[in-house]
Amino acid sequence: MKTITYREAMREAMREAMRKDGRVFLMGEDVGRYGGCFAVSRGLLDEFGPERIRDTPLSESAFVGAGIGAALNGMRPIVEIMTVNFSLLALDQILNNAATLLHMSGGQFNVPLVIRMATGGGKQLAAQHSHSLEGWYAHIPGIKVLTPATIEDARGMLGTALADPDPVLIFENQTLYNREGELPGNGGAVDIDHARTRRAGRDLSIITYGACLWKSLEAAETLAAEGIEAEVIDLRTLRPLDDETFCSSVAKTHRALIVDEGWRSGGISAEISARIMEAAFYDLDLPVARLCGAEVPMPYAKHLEIAALPQPETIAAAARKMVRKNG
Amino acid sequence: MSTESAAQPSVVAGEHGVQFLHQMLRIRRFEEKCVELYSAGKIRGFMHLYIGEEAVAVGSISCLGPDDAVVATYREHGQALVRGVSPGAIMAEMYGKLEGCARGRGGSMHFFDAQKRLYGGNAIVGGGLPLAVGLALADNMQRVPRVTCCVFGDGAVAEGEFHESMNLASLWKLPVLFLCENNLYAMGTALEIEHSVTELSKKADAYNVAAATVDGMDVFAVEAAMQQALKHVRSGAGPYFLECRTYRFRAHSMFDAELYRAKSEVEDWKKRDPISTLSARLKSNGAITDADLELLEREVANEVAAAVNFAESGSWEPVQDLMRFVYSERRPT
Repeated sequence: MKTITYREAMREAMREAMRKDGRVFLMGEDVGRYGGCFAVSRGLLDEFGPERIRDTPLSESAFVGAGIGAALNGMRPIVEIMTVNFSLLALDQILNNAATLLHMSGGQFNVPLVIRMATGGGKQLAAQHSHSLEGWYAHIPGIKVLTPATIEDARGMLGTALADPDPVLIFENQTLYNREGELPGNGGAVDIDHARTRRAGRDLSIITYGACLWKSLEAAETLAAEGIEAEVIDLRTLRPLDDETFCSSVAKTHRALIVDEGWRSGGISAEISARIMEAAFYDLDLPVARLCGAEVPMPYAKHLEIAALPQPETIAAAARKMVRKNG
Repeated sequence: MSTESAAQPSVVAGEHGVQFLHQMLRIRRFEEKCVELYSAGKIRGFMHLYIGEEAVAVGSISCLGPDDAVVATYREHGQALVRGVSPGAIMAEMYGKLEGCARGRGGSMHFFDAQKRLYGGNAIVGGGLPLAVGLALADNMQRVPRVTCCVFGDGAVAEGEFHESMNLASLWKLPVLFLCENNLYAMGTALEIEHSVTELSKKADAYNVAAATVDGMDVFAVEAAMQQALKHVRSGAGPYFLECRTYRFRAHSMFDAELYRAKSEVEDWKKRDPISTLSARLKSNGAITDADLELLEREVANEVAAAVNFAESGSWEPVQDLMRFVYSERRPT
């Protein structure tokens, strides 16, 4: 066991991948000399040199597309996009090429590419750097969408993603980079196919991912003091969703609260809710509830940003209401 | 920058000229058959014909080695045929049959062939350019001396992806041959309506990319310019931008009333038809007789007929395979 930050865990994952496999390289804006916008890749240039730690021009579409081309031709690129909002400049390449080529070519061309990007609000970065669009990406067949929340997943998911023959997007919530935690065991590759129960409980299931995992766990502590035992499910992977884990939790608790800082309309929370209706409707004691980000462009002012995101207090309040109504 | 003139008569007279004529006829007759089949409902979707532009694909793609890569556009029938993709597999693809070069999942706009290193068939204008940059980047990083030939039209030059890709390829000195088929129209929008600077090679200057402009109706001129371009790229000097000025004789796709150009303009360009002008030159040089030409036509007709038979006798991919290849079937253990 050792204590490291989420940022260091990501960096160690990249370092290990590049040491183990000469095909792996990193490219993106300011990943080299600057050390990464969020300092994730700091120090890697010194160890691996500019050919494998590639600073790119501000050309999201070209360097993401170049990552796809390099992946098609024998390399294992990690492409870093500064924030999820910037990834929209590369959406053509992600959707029309990365996600599509294998199927459209009749199985001839797979794209073993990993794209990492920062996501989420909470840092007062306002409306063009703070959104949570991972749910959008989870709409796209052909890619996988990972949302590591824990140190173990930050350390382990990259290796698994690089071993995957298909494109994998990793969304790193920017409020998690400084989070410290203990890294159990060897910190090696982790399973990316299953959600995890981060806290067991009997009264309701809180289904969440990313930064909201920690807010939900905090809410669960508050609730426990009041005698309400919440089970907290960390989805970890938004595509493909592990329906079985959250539906069996609902079968046990009979109450489902989905917490997602993304927008509510048409979001991943709607998808999870629909799947519960389809597979676990008769297990429910009351309707599925959702607590999502406010449907506004993210404001800068601290108090407004706090109000726009799920918080431990609002999560606890929503859970309390569900249990009391029906208890 | 230069505009190449026609090749020496001695070159034209040789076997080489006849081979070029043969390749251009293969594309022309294949596509004429495609039009029939489209009208008969055998081929559906968008279909973009290359008729009139054959000299570009023949003069350029024939210069590539088997290890080089080709990234093409949705108007790629010509490139695929010259590259050596089986005509039967191409026709079957247009039929939507399992035996097609993409199992019938791509259709006319999306031909793929891993063996021939043909990476599409890309129907997002400009979308293939970043891919080509990445293919070349991987070759460079793996120290494999290969070239990626990226074909696109004048329309793509207005896309951000063109500018981003030229810049990146030049910065990293990548072996990409940017081959611009300038047929003067982005769908129905004329060059001067879509570009503030209509001399497209000037845009290459902005990225410090070597460039040339060539008469795309003259297969030998294209070949000479392509060899020059390949020499540059293979030397490690970085990318090259080759603009071939050409013209599309047919409508943009099967849904085009051609309201945007005058019939007389089309007729004028047809006088420069790369096939009829070459066959006239070959005849006048004594390289080919009418009987030879007839033989050549028969050979091409047989190939087209065989392709149609192959497609007709092909099968439909079972519906239960619809979800195959959304993700790879071979998973890490």
